[in-house]
Amino acid sequence: MYRYDEFDASFVNQRTEQFKDQVRRRLAGELSEDEFKPLRLMNGLYLQLHAYMLRVAIPYGTLNGRQMRKLAHIARTYDKGYGHFTTRQNIQFNWPKLEDTPKILEELAEVEMHAIQTSGNCIRNVTADHFAGAAADEIADPRPYAEILRQWSSLHPEFSFLPRKFKIAITGAPNDRAAVQVHDIGLQLARNDDGEIGFVVYVGGGLGRTPMIGRKVRDFLPEEDLLAYSEAILRVYNRYGRRDNKYKARIKILVHETGLEELKADIEEEFEKIRFGVLRLPDEEVRRIETYFAPPPLEVGPAVSAVVEARRGKDAAFAQFLKHNLNPHRVPGYTSVTLSMKPIGGIPGDASDAQMEVIAELAEQYGHDEIRISHEQNVILPHVKLEDVPAIYDRLAAAEIAEGNAGLITDIIACPGMDYCALATARSIPVAQRISERFGTADRQAEIGELKIKISGCINACGHHHVGHIGILGLEKKGEEFYQVTLGGSANENASIGEIVGRGFSSEEVVDAIENLVDTYLGLRSGKDETFLEAYRRVGEVPFKEALYGAA
Amino acid sequence: MKVITANRLLNGDVVWLGESGNWVERVTLARTFEGKDQVAEGLSIGQQAEKNQEVVGVYEMDVTLEDGVLVPVRLRERIRAAGPTTHPQFGKQAQAVSA
Repeated sequence: MYRYDEFDASFVNQRTEQFKDQVRRRLAGELSEDEFKPLRLMNGLYLQLHAYMLRVAIPYGTLNGRQMRKLAHIARTYDKGYGHFTTRQNIQFNWPKLEDTPKILEELAEVEMHAIQTSGNCIRNVTADHFAGAAADEIADPRPYAEILRQWSSLHPEFSFLPRKFKIAITGAPNDRAAVQVHDIGLQLARNDDGEIGFVVYVGGGLGRTPMIGRKVRDFLPEEDLLAYSEAILRVYNRYGRRDNKYKARIKILVHETGLEELKADIEEEFEKIRFGVLRLPDEEVRRIETYFAPPPLEVGPAVSAVVEARRGKDAAFAQFLKHNLNPHRVPGYTSVTLSMKPIGGIPGDASDAQMEVIAELAEQYGHDEIRISHEQNVILPHVKLEDVPAIYDRLAAAEIAEGNAGLITDIIACPGMDYCALATARSIPVAQRISERFGTADRQAEIGELKIKISGCINACGHHHVGHIGILGLEKKGEEFYQVTLGGSANENASIGEIVGRGFSSEEVVDAIENLVDTYLGLRSGKDETFLEAYRRVGEVPFKEALYGAA
Repeated sequence: MKVITANRLLNGDVVWLGESGNWVERVTLARTFEGKDQVAEGLSIGQQAEKNQEVVGVYEMDVTLEDGVLVPVRLRERIRAAGPTTHPQFGKQAQAVSA
């Protein structure tokens, strides 16, 4: 687990002191809202529909029990007893008071957390595979590199006023669980023929109003060049990225308008100037940071646990949980457990203070004190002994976070939507809840198999609808909520942007439309092994279109 | 028919400009404005309140009368006036019904 060094501790404390004084000056009338707003945003504090909202960074989605307990404490003490895990592996509190936020930041600093760079036109929290350091298919743990990027990008003076926000994601496995191809920079760890570690580099991916899949700019970037090459990309973006139009300011537009070859040449030219300078990564420094992420001591155990198998046969809900919520661990006898923050009919990503306490306890008792937040808004215990799964499951079930639905139709990503967000044009959460209820029985979910539904309440696409196998975008039409449906999106290593299937649906109609699509899939799939996405890619949109709108 | 709305600076609460120039917690108690000139007057009262560190983000919004009670026209404003539809236990909808 990464821990603060003396630089981190001092700058976080400095920033907290500065913010405390800024709030004091704001309340005393020495700062206007225009002057204060950029300052509060630099500290993750937004003003939403009902209240302020504080977004707290969870670097690469990794935290420990003590930190989770602190989040629970903040939810209980300064908020209304809950928090919301986001698609950027962060947590948001929906009801803090302005006057309390300096105190909240002080409390966060006590456990080496903060809200720096969770907003604004800077490099945001670097996200990573939530099974990092645990997954059987991993080439290497991506988090040391995410941490190196975090150190480089934190308060980077040259990149504090970029044309627009900038998001980096990194995955250590060929199976991309971090959606790297829809980030401004996407990094996929790879090994070359000599067995050395490096990165496949994608640039210019992104969602929002102009969704684009990232373009590959390097097949293999050596480890030592990670920072110099990233700096080169950022410099080119900072110089040429558009500042005249907020909606055309992301690097994806620059890639699109400049053309890949020219932009690559610009990046390489900049890179050549700095590659042998101070940003060249010394091998010993990378190895030193790796020790912060050293795996816990895990004894190899039997790959099959008798207690687990005994219960599997007589407890259907437990069997469902085993089937969907365990991810293969690199050490036999261990597994990574997904705690579903998607109870049937519940709010995707919400966790109560009591649930956070349970997660912290379980991590400490059974999980080597490691917790991850996934971009799919679930919580993961990455290192769990297989034989401990039944005991963990029972505690999760009591806390109502034991639904065996990871990757299934009810494991929906949804942004806060118009229930909270000042930018939203429609609600997202209630649609997710209704879909979850419609398909929520264990048999039906299992029958449908892997199906990722993602819902955004506006064009900014925080709910990743463009890369949902079924995507739902909430808009406003003549004063009513209105939902556009896309099909065929994916955020994994075979990323694709979903296509709009036809005219949208009213709030009353949209769940029926989704059911219609699902029934159509069940009717045409080649077998139970063919997922919704595979079937869609095989047959195209026509059968789905006909099911929704009738034959043309 | 319009009312003037904002959020309280200190705690972010949704408020509306009331009859006596104070900021009220319920849309049903808001002062209504008709026509451009009246709305401009309301907004200037709001902007003064921003300068006095009482509220932030002042703007006008449409309301209508339903059974003699002021109700926001747009869903967004109805949600602001009540609280998250997903959490009936939070926001103004959770407070004791009055006015």
